[in-house]
Order: sequence, then C-alpha cells, then structure tokens
Amino acid sequence: MNDMSLTERAVDSNEIKIAATGVQVFYGTTHAIKDVSVDILDKTVTAFIGPSGCGKSTFLRCLNRMNDTIDICRVEGDILLDGEDIYDKKVDPVQLRAKVGMVFQKPNPFPKSIYDNVAYGPKIHGLTRSKSELDEVVEASLRKAALWNEVKDRLDAPGTGLSGGQQQRLCIARAVATSPEVLLMDEPCSALDPIATAQVEELIDELRENFSVVIVTHSMQQAARVSQRTAFFHLGNLVEYGETAQIFTNPKDPRTESYITGRIG
Amino acid sequence: MTAEATNMRSSLYKTDARTKRRNAAEARFRVYGMMAVGFGVLALVVLLSTVLGSGFSAFRQTFVTLNVPLDAQVLDKQGNRNPAEMAKVTTIGYGNLLQAALVAELTEKGMHPEGMKAKDIGGLISKEAPAQLRNMVLANPDLIGQTVTFDAYANGRIDGYFKGRVTMESAALDSNVSPEQLQLADAMRANDMMAMKFNWGFIFGPDASELRPEAAGLGVAILGSAYMMLIVLVLSLPLGVAASIYLEEFAPKNRFTDLIEVNISNLAAVPSIVFGILGLAVFINFAGLPQSSPIVGGLVLTLMTLPTIIIATRAALKAVPPSIKDAALGIGASKMQTVFHHVLPLAMPGILTGTIIGLAQALGETAPLLLIGMVAFVRDYPAAPPEGFMDPAAALPVQVYNFTQRADPAFIERASGAIIVLMVFLLVMNLMAIILRRRFERRW
Ligand SMILES: Nc1ncnc2c1ncn2[C@@H]1O[C@H](COP(=O)(O)OP(=O)(O)O)[C@@H](O)[C@H]1O
Ligand SMILES: [Mg+2]
Repeated sequence: MNDMSLTERAVDSNEIKIAATGVQVFYGTTHAIKDVSVDILDKTVTAFIGPSGCGKSTFLRCLNRMNDTIDICRVEGDILLDGEDIYDKKVDPVQLRAKVGMVFQKPNPFPKSIYDNVAYGPKIHGLTRSKSELDEVVEASLRKAALWNEVKDRLDAPGTGLSGGQQQRLCIARAVATSPEVLLMDEPCSALDPIATAQVEELIDELRENFSVVIVTHSMQQAARVSQRTAFFHLGNLVEYGETAQIFTNPKDPRTESYITGRIG
Repeated sequence: MTAEATNMRSSLYKTDARTKRRNAAEARFRVYGMMAVGFGVLALVVLLSTVLGSGFSAFRQTFVTLNVPLDAQVLDKQGNRNPAEMAKVTTIGYGNLLQAALVAELTEKGMHPEGMKAKDIGGLISKEAPAQLRNMVLANPDLIGQTVTFDAYANGRIDGYFKGRVTMESAALDSNVSPEQLQLADAMRANDMMAMKFNWGFIFGPDASELRPEAAGLGVAILGSAYMMLIVLVLSLPLGVAASIYLEEFAPKNRFTDLIEVNISNLAAVPSIVFGILGLAVFINFAGLPQSSPIVGGLVLTLMTLPTIIIATRAALKAVPPSIKDAALGIGASKMQTVFHHVLPLAMPGILTGTIIGLAQALGETAPLLLIGMVAFVRDYPAAPPEGFMDPAAALPVQVYNFTQRADPAFIERASGAIIVLMVFLLVMNLMAIILRRRFERRW
C-alpha cells in the first residue's frame, strides 16, 4: 500500500453518473440495504468496502438490476443513471445492462472461444454491422483489457483455457466490448494471485479514462490503490462516503476507523 | 520429555487397533461392492447368452429350393393377364403347383420315396409358400409361362428337425409330421434341395398364423415400433424441453409450480399400464382414434416418456453453473438469449441422455400397448407416414409377448430373435445418443 500516492489522487470529474437515493433492499424479510444514498461520479473509480455480508454486492447489483434475477429480492428507492430512473417500468433491464457492464468475483468466461466471448455482447446488441467491424471491436476490447498481446494468436482457443488472471481480463474485455458507460466489478481480484491482481488493478486505473468504475473489494489496500472515492458499508448501512484519501487518512465515523485499523473484520 | 511420554508416542510403523478396524471395514466394503458388480455382470451374461443362444437360430431358416413351372393354363385361364381374373386362382392352386414341382423334381432325381403320398411330400413345404408364390406372380404377371426358381419355406417341423427341436421319436407321435417326411428332408438336404439360409423374412416379413411359425416375421412390429418412436421423439422432446425450460428458468417459484413439480415426479412413477387405460379412455373412446394404431401407441408412450425427459432436462439445466447465466445476463443478454445461447447448449448432453433413456423405456413398454389393442394380429404393413400412423400395426415388445403365448415351440426361438432385434434397436439408439453427446459436449 502506497499511502504517499493517496493525496495525489484527485477526482477529475464532478459529473454525477449514478445518483442513488434512499435505496432499500430486502431479501424476503431480510433487510440487506438500509436507506443508502450515494452519488457515483463519471470517469472515477469508486470503491465499496466493508466487512463481509454488509451488502456491498447487493448494492452493486442494484445498479444494473442484476437483483431482478433473484425472486425474493425487492428494491426500493431511486437510482438514476444520467438522470433516468433505472427502476422505471419503461426501462428494460437488458438495455440497462448493456450500458452498465459487470465483472464478477469468479472469472466466468463462456465455454466458447476467446473471440466469441468478446464478440457476444456486440452481437446480441447489434453494435456492429460487419465481420471486420466486429473484429475491430474485439481487438480494441482485448487491448483495453490488456490481453491482446497474450491472446492475439489464439483467438479461437477456448476462453476457459486461460489462466485465472487472463480469464478475468477476458471477462473485463467482454464487458468493455458493449461500450458500457459504467463498469461494476464485484471483488474482481479475489480469485487472482498477486501478479494478476496487479495487472487488473492497473487496468482499472486505465479504464477510468472512459468509464465510471465501481469496484467492490474486501481489501482496503486495493481500495486505496485504485479508487478515488470510497464508500464504507456496515450492516447494510452506508457509514461513510468520500474521497479515498480522506476515508483512509481521516475517517469521520468511528466505525470506519475501526474497520480501517482492523478492529471490525 | 518424560520417559512415560516417550512410551506413549506411537510409532508410524505400527498400525494401531483403530486404524486396523477402519481398514478392515474398507476392505469388507470393497468386497461387497465387487460382489454386487459381479452379480450384476453375471446376471447380464446369463440373460444375454440365453437370449442370444436361443434367438440366433430364428434368423436362419430351412428353405426348399424348387424350379416351379408357372403353368399359364392353371394360373391364367383366359390368357389375358387380367389381374382380377388371375386373382381368382387361390393359394390352393399355387399349392398344387408347388407340390407337383417338388414331386416331379424328386422323381427326376430318383429320390421319390416309394409309396409316399404326394400330399405328404407337399407337406414338407410351408403352407405359407403358396401364398408367397401367388403374391410374387400377381405382382409380376410376366412370370406366367416361365419356370421360376423359388425358395419356399420348409414346414416348421422340418426346420425344427434341422435345429434339433424335432426328433424322429417326437415326429412319430406328431400328427403334423412323420418320420418318413424327416427322412426325405434329410435326403433333400444332402442333395442341396433343402438348405438353411439367412431368413430376411424374419426381419421384414409380417407375422404369420400360429400354425405357420416358419413364416412369422417382425416387419409390421418393427415398423410399428419405429413409427411410435418417431411420434414419441417428435412430441416428447420439444414438449419436455420446453416445459423444463419454462419451469426451471421462467416460472415463478410458488405453491402452484411446486404442485406441478411434485406431480411431474409422481407421473414418472405411475405404472405404465395406467397410461394404457388413460390412452384407451381418452384417445380411443373419447377422441375416436383408431385402435391398435401407432398414433395412439405413440401418444400413450409420449405421456409416459414426458416426465422422464422433463426430470432429466431440469436436472441438466440446474447443473449449468449459475455464473454462466450471470455472465450472459450481466452483458445484457435477455433471459431467452441466456437460455438458448448458453444454458441449453451446456445442458444438451444431459437432455440427450434423458431423452434416450425415456425412448428406450418407451420402446420396451408392453403393458399400455396391450390395452390400446396393439396386441391384435396384424399382417398388413401400415402405410407410409403420416397416414400410416393411423393404420393398425404391431409393436416389437408386444410381438415378443405374442410369440411366447403361442403353442408351437418354434415360436420360442422367434421370441428370442425378436428380443435380439429389440436390443439392436436399443443399441442403435444408445449409439446415436453417444455420438450426439460427443458432438454437443464442449471440449473445454
Ligand atoms: N440471494 C440472496 N438471498 C438471500 N439473502 C441474500 C442473498 N444475497 C445476499 N443476501 C444477504 O444479504 C446480505 C448482504 O449480502 P452481500 O451483498 O452479498 O454482502 P457482501 O457482498 O458485502 O459480502 C447478507 O446478509 C446476505 O446473507
Ligand atoms: Mg460480495
């Protein structure tokens, strides 16, 4: 962890990409998210930290309505993407998810070729008109995911045959290929070794140029390394949200401080 | 460290009592397992060897090879080759022709047994042979006037004699065959007038009456079973897969779907004869579909197969890792795209296995078919589909049952032969399943 760099990490943008207000999430009778309001900025890496089971994943999955796939899950409150309510009846979650991409905890490439993995999103959304255009998108996405040089000679090889870190970067390339505006990442490095983790972190920093990135992590070091803003969740509550440097050096809430110093785990 | 503690420390070289007991238990368990497997294999070997041992002979049959002059005077009195006129000559007329041809040939070769009546000599030939000759002539009237070489079935008793089923002693007591006839048969065989040949008629020919086992074939039953399998496959695979996908991926989880789920599992356990009663009541009595037809059999077997396919398909769908679904949904695939692009291909091998198991069950099912009249004696081939689905037909397992019900011991080998055909059917289906599974199974 490089604390020195924390202060240099200025937030470049002040444009609000996602505005969540008064979000409540219930799994049946379990109240998983309690009245959370967060503004997520464009072209910024926002980290969600907090002890296990505090609702980080749940909240993240609200942002692209992946919670819709869980029958017992109920979401209340407003979440606006560029001022539009994503839970509005008129919104098709399928369209939303093309705009708000997601990378999961465990690398989950399709059991198809590397090429097909990346090409799948553009294909189903009709983003390209020709094979050559699709080829370009695939190459560009793989380059953005810093994977192109490693796989350019074996695009037909199965995506599941790559190493864990490569698989996760492939998943990032796959998410990037639909040119989303927001990229949600749920503990993207927890299944990776330190070297692969470093590669993915570097990548996240680069992705910030084009996307608003929200990353869930249980590693405070990681939050400190990659994010500009950090939200600390505890027992379903958003305890504190602010600039990463401030959260880590000068937390306002005693719970944040105890977590950061390792007293809540 | 005290001396006591040193003593208490056990050596790795010495197995302690507890470990010994555990190892003994494991060894015992292995023996039980091997015994169970051995018993299963033994049962299979005994079963197969009995069936194969007694069934293979059904595929070989004794034929009498004759040169039959097709006398125009007898077969077409008007001489105008009018099929309607020619059809007036019955099988008796043809029988006389065959008998005369045989007597003539024996006389010519000096083999005619002294004092043996022509009728007894003719008795060596199956009563089915005249009908076959007649069909041949009616199908091709140009043959009239020529002398044709005709392979006539030998009488079932003669065939039984060469297969060891009939002996001189038993023939002496048998009103259907005499020891003299058997002696003549021996002589004819030595003279190449009679020979065992592969009997295509057993596979492709229709069933024959109880008194003519030599002519009984499986053609109608094979066709009937094939039609039914086609109906079952075409109906139950799409229905079953669609129902499973809906239940597994789309249906809300509530009391009602729980109830459906329980009932599907129950349905899989319902005795097949119940489906037969249902088929009789609904498809025949209510819907008015023809009895004994492949369509009714196919529908009944579809009902029976559906739960098997649904259960297997749902298990296969459930086994697809949720992370793949998440991945697809996460980049904005719709639920349907997720299912059809990712879930279904991964579940395909399991679905195919379930389908083949279901089809194999349906193929061997006898009880419900008895109830819908497929036990009837059917000699006419059903027409080509789709009209043929409405024609009366037999089914392989019912044919096996029918054969075993008949008095003549010649039907025993035919029942076993029919079982062999049934097993070949199953083998082919399993092979297809394996090939398809290989194709669908991802290499990664
Ligand atoms: N699919 C689910 N069904 C029911 N409860 C869930 C489900 N997913 C998460 N929860 C509950 O919601 C709470 C928050 O979980 P989660 O968001 O996964 O936490 P985190 O990602 O911070 O570890 C936990 O108490 C968990 O038990
Ligand atoms: Mg989580």
